Formats: sequence, structure tokens, C-alpha cells
Amino acid sequence: MSKENNILVKLNEVGIRQNDKWLVKGVSLVVEKGKIVTLIGPNGSGKSTTAKIALGIYKKIAGQVEKYTNNVGYVPQKISIDWTLPLRVNDFMLLTENLKDEAVNEALSLTGVIHLKNKNLGNLSGGEFQRVLLARAISRKPDLLVLDEPVQGVDFTGEIALYELIKKISDTLNCGILLISHDLHTVMSATDHVVCLNGHVCCSGTPSDVAKNNEYKALFGEQASQTLSIYEHKHNHVHSNDGEVKKN
Amino acid sequence: MFDDFFIRALVAGIGVAFVTGPLGCFVIWRRLSYFGDTLAHSALLGVTLAYSLEFNIAFSVFIISSLIALILIQLQKKTNLPGDALLGLLAHSSLAVGLVVIGFLTFIRFDIMGLLFGDILAVAVNDILIIWIGGALILLVLKLIWKPLFASTVNYELAEAEGLNPDRAKAIFTVLMAAIIAISIKMVGLLLITGMLIIPAAMARNISDSPQKMVIFSIIGGLLSVIIGLFSSLEFNTSSGPSIITAALVLFILSLLKIKQTVQLKN
Repeated sequence: MSKENNILVKLNEVGIRQNDKWLVKGVSLVVEKGKIVTLIGPNGSGKSTTAKIALGIYKKIAGQVEKYTNNVGYVPQKISIDWTLPLRVNDFMLLTENLKDEAVNEALSLTGVIHLKNKNLGNLSGGEFQRVLLARAISRKPDLLVLDEPVQGVDFTGEIALYELIKKISDTLNCGILLISHDLHTVMSATDHVVCLNGHVCCSGTPSDVAKNNEYKALFGEQASQTLSIYEHKHNHVHSNDGEVKKN
Repeated sequence: MFDDFFIRALVAGIGVAFVTGPLGCFVIWRRLSYFGDTLAHSALLGVTLAYSLEFNIAFSVFIISSLIALILIQLQKKTNLPGDALLGLLAHSSLAVGLVVIGFLTFIRFDIMGLLFGDILAVAVNDILIIWIGGALILLVLKLIWKPLFASTVNYELAEAEGLNPDRAKAIFTVLMAAIIAISIKMVGLLLITGMLIIPAAMARNISDSPQKMVIFSIIGGLLSVIIGLFSSLEFNTSSGPSIITAALVLFILSLLKIKQTVQLKN
């Protein structure tokens, strides 16, 4: 960890090209200790890709990633587990780290799935599995948590509780969180810094700054921006369907 | 009591089963059955090389199988052919080239059946040493790479994101596959080595609910297959490899009964 400024990971103008098309381009962001940075943007805007670049999963990238910690917890957006493997929740919890039993129990209790500890992973519902994924990511008490749609498929009350838990984790562990979420309400209330992506960084800043931004409104509609204040200013570009930027 | 050659075969076979158990689980989990087959087929080339240069068989099979694995990785990168086509290409062409080379080596008498299906008479004391020392090394290395290999088998991106270096583990595992084929070729024969890897592990899958249990049952299944197989090989004068694999198959069929029971319990 870099001592002076609490930075956990810093992306500097990163991008990735696939088949001669940029999936994302020119993304810069910083995740610091105790802060929640949220990526928002429409489908295919490069949110998950950006998260994977930050995690070092993609190797051939443009720009630089500076990572100051190796203690990372990750909840991927999509996870396909091969059921040729007999895997119980407890085995899954110990996947990347040899945790003590108490640590496993604590994490599973926090996300409300301790009763599933000895169940086979293949028999869980989508929401239950999501809670196990989150428990696994926080169980190792990471410095950096990367959560890609962490509450997908979780019921409404559970969703609120899990977001509160994520906020609490960031406070108690003092870890940095890179969050990807569709839920603008939650994003706007619990986040320190929002990055709005659409193939590149459209706008970024505090939630209220972003909500006032016209590009944000163009992406998410007037309704979304009404969650906070409305503030008019001029577009300087629009997006075609493939995400390319056209100047006005 | 039993003849010396039989005791030697038994000791060698037990050594092989201890190693094929855990490796076989990974072969099933990572869907590598055909990869194992390809390496085993290429082993014939290694054997002919060993005979013609009067070289240790296990060592030369290890070199050739590792080489074939390397070629496969290169072909995967450089061509657009699907993985199974490349595996088939390498498996059959290396087997064919091996057999052609044997045809040229008329001055050496080959026991082709023994090579293909294993021969308990052929197990000498130094083979036992190679199996037990080589096997212990394989298990030691497997234990060292277990965490990254297993984590990336479950999910590559999780393993990579949380700093486990799955690519290195995968490369090392490939070498271990070549090594197990090299040390078990005399016992089981090159056509049946993959059976020794897969069938006990498949049996274990039917009766396990955790990875650790599957590894343990896979080892037990392999041990039983070797012991039952070798005794029946002696009794009925059959080749050792097919006898061991048939015993493994019987155990697999028995394990299906357990599945049927659990399904009935659920209903």
C-alpha cells in the first residue's frame, strides 16, 4: 500500500482493444482506503471490463495499472462453476485462502447464509449463491473489494441489507471498494465517487455532481437524475449505438 | 506364496494408484481426458526412442510427452483448429509414427501387446523405484500447486484476481500429466493409462460431496482396481492393464448404485 496517500489501485488512461474495437478506452480512476468508488453505465459500456483491468485479469492493455495491495476480494458478475466438481459452500469459502473456521462462519453469518455452509454449491438459488459469493470475498478481510453487481438476484429487502453491509464493511475493514451497480438509488446514497462509463469516462465526481451532469441524464434518463437535483448544461457529444463518440 | 514378479507388479501398481487418484480428479474436473489420451499415445514414440538409443523408458516417455504437450499449446495459439481436432491429430499421428518406427527397428524384438496393454512380467526392481520416487515427487509438486490449480479449476478469474497465478499452475500440471504417464506405462499400457486416471475418479465423483472426499475415494478405487485386477490377471492369465481397468469399471458400476439410492431418497 502506498503509505502517503492511501491509494489501493490507480488506473491511468487504461483501455483494451479486442478485434480492432476498443471495449473501453482512456479510463482513469483511483480507489483509496475506506472509500467506495462506483462504476455506472449502460450494458456493454465496459464496467466489468474496467473492473477486470483493475484486478489484473486482462494482461494486454493500454495505459497503466498501479496496484498497491495483493489482498483482494472479488465478486465477479458472471460465474460459471463446473458441476463435475463436488463443491460445498465451505469448500468454496476456502478456495483462494486457508481461512480459520471462525472467519468462514463470521462472513457467512454477515451475509445471512450460515445455514447453507454444508450445502452443495450447485443446489443454491441465484440469490443464495450471490450471498455466498459476497461472503467469500469479504471473509479474507481484503484491502480492496471489487464487487461486480454483487446483489443481482437477491430479494428486495435482502438487497438493501446487503448494501448496508457493504457500506459497513468499508467502514470497519477500512478497505476500498470498487462497486459496479445498476441500482442508481443505492449508488447515489452510499458512494463517495461515481464514474459514469460508456466506452470511456462520460463524467465522474461525487454522486450529486454526476446526477447534475447532462451526459448522465442522457444515459439514464430524466427520471434517474431526479433522484437528486436537476441542472442543465450543454452536451458536447452524443453516442451512436456501438458506443462511438460523435461530436455535436 | 506368490512369485517375485507378482509382488513387484503389486508394489508398482499400488504406487501408480496413489498418484493417478488425485491427478485423475483434476483430469475429470478440468475435462482433460482426451489430453491424457494424446499424451499416452505419444508415449509409444518415447518407448521406441528408448529402445533404439538404449535409454530409460520412463525418462524418454516423459521427454516425448512433455514435448507433445508443448507442441499442442503452440498449435492452439497458431491455428484456428478446435482443441479436440488438434488432440486427435497429435494422438493418432504420434501413435502412427511410433508404430512405423517400430517397423524399421527390425533388429529389436518388441512386445507390442505389452506396450499397448501393460505387462506385469516386465516390472523390474528399478521400475518400482522410478514409480515410487517419481510418484512421490509428482504428489509433492501437486500439493504445492494445489491451491492455485484447484481455485482456477473452479473459476479462473477469481484465482487470477486474488493473486494465485493460475497460468503457472496449469503449466506445471501439464508436466505432471506427462510424468504420470511415463511412470505408469509399463503397468497399465499406453492405451489404457487414461482409463486408470479417469475411471476411479469418476467412481469417486458418484459417491463424494466434497473435493477432498473425491480425491480419497479416487485413490482407494485405484488401489482396489490394481489389487483385484492383478490377482485376476494372475488367475486368468490376462494382460495386466485390461484386468485393472475392468476391475475399475466394476467399481464404477457399483458406485452407480449409490447414486440411485440418493436419487430415491430425494424422491
